Amino acid sequence: MNINLTLIGQVIAFFGFVIFCMKYVWPPIIAAMHEREQKIADGLAAADRASHDLELAQEKALDRLKEAKVEAAGIVDLANRRASQIVEEAKNAALVEAERVKTSARAEIEQETNRARETLRSQVAVLSLVGAEKVLGATVDKQAHADLVNQLAAEL
Amino acid sequence: MAGDNQTVSEYIVHHLTNLTYGKLPGGYERYDGSVVADGGAWVMAHGGAEAADMGFTAVHVDSMAWSIGLGVLFSALFFRVARKASSGVPSGFVNAVEMIVQFIDNTVRDTFHGRNPLIAPLALTIFVWIFLMNLMDLVPVDIVPELMMLLGVEYQKIVPSTDPNITFGLSIGVLILILFYSIKVKGFGFAKELALNPFNHPVFIPVNLFMEIVGLLAKPFSLALRLFGNMYAGEMIFILIAALFGAGMAWMVPAGILQIGWAIFHILVITLQAFIFMVLTIVYLSMAHEDH
Repeated sequence: MNINLTLIGQVIAFFGFVIFCMKYVWPPIIAAMHEREQKIADGLAAADRASHDLELAQEKALDRLKEAKVEAAGIVDLANRRASQIVEEAKNAALVEAERVKTSARAEIEQETNRARETLRSQVAVLSLVGAEKVLGATVDKQAHADLVNQLAAEL
Repeated sequence: MAGDNQTVSEYIVHHLTNLTYGKLPGGYERYDGSVVADGGAWVMAHGGAEAADMGFTAVHVDSMAWSIGLGVLFSALFFRVARKASSGVPSGFVNAVEMIVQFIDNTVRDTFHGRNPLIAPLALTIFVWIFLMNLMDLVPVDIVPELMMLLGVEYQKIVPSTDPNITFGLSIGVLILILFYSIKVKGFGFAKELALNPFNHPVFIPVNLFMEIVGLLAKPFSLALRLFGNMYAGEMIFILIAALFGAGMAWMVPAGILQIGWAIFHILVITLQAFIFMVLTIVYLSMAHEDH
């Protein structure tokens, strides 16, 4: 427990190490740590900003989606209206066509009827003459009775 | 145990003796009967008595070497980290060093409210250096002295902080810094502070001066003696436990348990003492910077 020159030696060593630490050890380490701190802070801020941007983008996308939906609904509506319009038009056209076909069919039927009637009429004269001939058993003068028969046929 | 024919007290004394190199005065009769020539001679002391007779002109070679060696170890380790310090991702040992640096930086920032680029590196040096010196306490007490005996070195005390020269050397370094910054920051105000506190009257100047100077000197004294006392006591208990191992086979197990228990407890003590020394240094220097 003697106090001796070791004391002086230790004081000198103490200042030596402190100065070394102050010059070469502390500043680079603490500078690097502060720099890293700054980097991390910047990184966090950037992440914050990015998430905020993302939120905005999502909102915008949602808006666009809504808009698109409204637009699509409008288009569907229009299409439906157009479709029903087309159906209506087609129905009308079909009705008109059907009327026309009906009319023409009716006219044809009438024509056919008339023709058949004409034929019948012409044949009735002959038939009735033949019949009458058979009934009378004698030849009937065609010329003499033609007017009578024709008259009959006209009455049919 | 060092030498089987030693008594326990010899064993303990052997462990508490520093390897001393110093100047013996002329006419001094050495342990082997030879007489030192006139004008004195620088020799290795043989035993505690010769070391004591060397007075102030002696150096504890072991304390000095271990202390400076550990200081160099600290500087080298931290310098390596400082050289490759970058703002990238830290790993391994760099992480550990940065944790210590961060811890010191926070402590200094909490305690020291001035701007002085010396304080933080000073605190770091004190903390790590004293911690390393105290750490030597956990090396089993016989290993290094026995190895050194094989190499022909008689004494070896490997815990520098159990040497009052070392602890006082540190605290005197702190005292010099306190005085330097007191004068630098306060100038003439420092003298006024010493002379006119606590009784602000010219009549009391001698009383004030006495009290303030005692107060000022108490700082390095308490720093040095606290560290020395704790480490010396801890080392002493390790030595006593080691002596217990030699007391017979029956004592092996209890001594082993005591050894482990004390070592675990001592891990706390060595860290705490290093921390206390550092914090008090910061506090004292903070007071030196306060200008009223």
